[in-house]
Amino acid sequence: MINDSAVAAGVSAGGLGRAQLHELYHYLQLTRQVEQALTNLYRQNKVIGGLYRSLGQEATAVGAVYALRRRTDGTGDVLAPAIRNLGSLLLMGAPPAEVLRQYMAKGNSPTAGREQNVHITDYQRGYLAPISHLGTMIEILAGVALSFRMRGERRVALGFSGDGATSTGAFHEGFNFAAVQRAPLVVIIENNRYAYSTPIERQTACESFIEKAGGYGVWSECCDGNDVLAVFGMTRRAVERARAGEGAALLEVITYRRKGHAEHDPQHYVPAEELKHWQERDPVDAFERRLLAEGWATPDELETIRARVAEQVERARDQAESSPMPEPEGALYPVYGDAEIARPWTRLSLPDPHLA
Amino acid sequence: MATVKEQTVRPREKPEHVRHTELGKPVTLLEAIREALWEEMERDPTVFLLGEDIGSYGGAFKVTEGFLDYFGADRVMDTPISEAGFTGAAAGAAHMGMRPIVEMQFMDFVSCAYEPLTNYVATSRWRGSGPVPLVVRGPVGGGVRGGPFHSQNPEMAFFHTPGLKIVYPATAHDAKGLLKAAIRDDDPVLYFEHKKLYRLPALRETLPNEDFVVPLGQARVHREGKDITVVAYGMMVHESQRAAEQLEQEDGLQIEILDLRTLLPLDDDAIVQSVRKTNRLLVVHEDTRTGGIAGEIALRVSERAFEWLDAPILRVTAIDTPVPYSPPLEDYFLPQVSDIVTACRYLAKY
Repeated sequence: MINDSAVAAGVSAGGLGRAQLHELYHYLQLTRQVEQALTNLYRQNKVIGGLYRSLGQEATAVGAVYALRRRTDGTGDVLAPAIRNLGSLLLMGAPPAEVLRQYMAKGNSPTAGREQNVHITDYQRGYLAPISHLGTMIEILAGVALSFRMRGERRVALGFSGDGATSTGAFHEGFNFAAVQRAPLVVIIENNRYAYSTPIERQTACESFIEKAGGYGVWSECCDGNDVLAVFGMTRRAVERARAGEGAALLEVITYRRKGHAEHDPQHYVPAEELKHWQERDPVDAFERRLLAEGWATPDELETIRARVAEQVERARDQAESSPMPEPEGALYPVYGDAEIARPWTRLSLPDPHLA
Repeated sequence: MATVKEQTVRPREKPEHVRHTELGKPVTLLEAIREALWEEMERDPTVFLLGEDIGSYGGAFKVTEGFLDYFGADRVMDTPISEAGFTGAAAGAAHMGMRPIVEMQFMDFVSCAYEPLTNYVATSRWRGSGPVPLVVRGPVGGGVRGGPFHSQNPEMAFFHTPGLKIVYPATAHDAKGLLKAAIRDDDPVLYFEHKKLYRLPALRETLPNEDFVVPLGQARVHREGKDITVVAYGMMVHESQRAAEQLEQEDGLQIEILDLRTLLPLDDDAIVQSVRKTNRLLVVHEDTRTGGIAGEIALRVSERAFEWLDAPILRVTAIDTPVPYSPPLEDYFLPQVSDIVTACRYLAKY
């Protein structure tokens, strides 16, 4: 990492220079503002289906992915986000307009309307669409990491898991396999205290999720998920360890889901004082205070970044809103690769169409 | 822990037991599968095997015996007991350009990997996540007194999933050619090996000493006949053959046997073509009755060849229970040659 001389306290800034710190702030803002735009579009019935926010936990995705080797030619690290990691895609290079089209089920979305929200794959930029079955992506990423290790490529796979997904068999089977094979897989357990309405006390008897790391024989670390620099530093240690051939790592970030499971969920099960406590620990506000207090940014610089992001999001929203919905026959996208057997089945096959 | 590279000691000589065809000797169905795996691994460095006890032990049925010493532990990878975990991992490796072949120690355990296969693997291409060139193979089928959890035919649990291909060979030639085609295919293939056919001496045949594939999705006329079409696959091809020989001798009936070879995609053209010739159709499968492939075939024939039928479509299948353990019970469970004979006589008289 380049150490910018303008940063007085290089160590506490994770070795990041001023421009990089501003970039982190940019992506925190971008995540929040894109999601805010999505919420507005959702309320206008323009986002199709559910909307799952990462309000209050944006620092996790942004901080962690900043530690990856991000490339646009398919040679970098590979990531699979969970539902509250939209920021990770933005940081990997997903254009906001592409993301908005995907949430709005548009015909020119990355999946042409067949799939939703963060379920986007881009092998060049290095992210894999998750599926809704929790834990499965840990299995998939174990294989991604395994292939890196087998071919001697110095690349790393990064997976996000909610606290709830750690209870699945898939999580265990996938992570254990990666650990046994010393595959370069880093998994971040994003402990935001709730899986839908179920609190972590009903998810595990462990005091913390990284207690489980001992059961896998892997390296582990835990940090404040609302401190973007702490998340970056922790992830970078795990990623570089994995890159050096030292195997898998299990990380935990302590954060909090400030919205319901999705926008339809008024989260009645959450105590008001708990929400208030975490609101005061907002990761974007916290980083902003830190940037100013340390002299890493001026108020004007931050205002410029916010305004630039706002403009970027507005332009993306216009592009997405003016995009067409898919043609219905788009559902017939081939499930097989060889054309001659990818015959579309139809809803009705009349033996003799002339009799209809 | 020893590193993978330390374990990789590669002998120069290809062992004798994978050279039968090269030496002009006949092979069993199991040996045909072994040769296919070996040759594909030699041809393509991205092909690798993973599964339980496939390394130094050589697999529960010894299909991969001798592979570890030659190809090393990275390409013949012993896994933890975690069918979902290593099947999902195979998919991830496939995304990155590898061609993994997953062995289920018994295909009964593929149900543990139902989740990654149906939700992730089968949908990947359509979801925009790209192809998953992956083969999941392993032993299936009853008649070996394996009980409810080592005898299943789980093909139809996956038949309903668009995006998967399902292959179930009945001969050594097809076993080798179909497995090679499956490995080279860009889509995920479930490949079923009937364990009772593995070493059946009658199935030994001398294969062409050259690289060949049997294309997926094409049925094969196993026996030509004009009176009744019997559609079958796997072990039931051979049970139908026995019934056909008896019917020829005792009743003078010419039974046509169509071996499906690939269940998904289903070759309905071949079925319809045969039915148009014989006008009578019997479907035989070792799988249980309800939700078996006979139902799907009957409807497709009804759609495409209803007016060609001179009799109702019949089926001979296992009974709708788990596979029983004790020999009298299992024999009662499994379709018998006598059932096929009876069904054909009914169709002939109708």
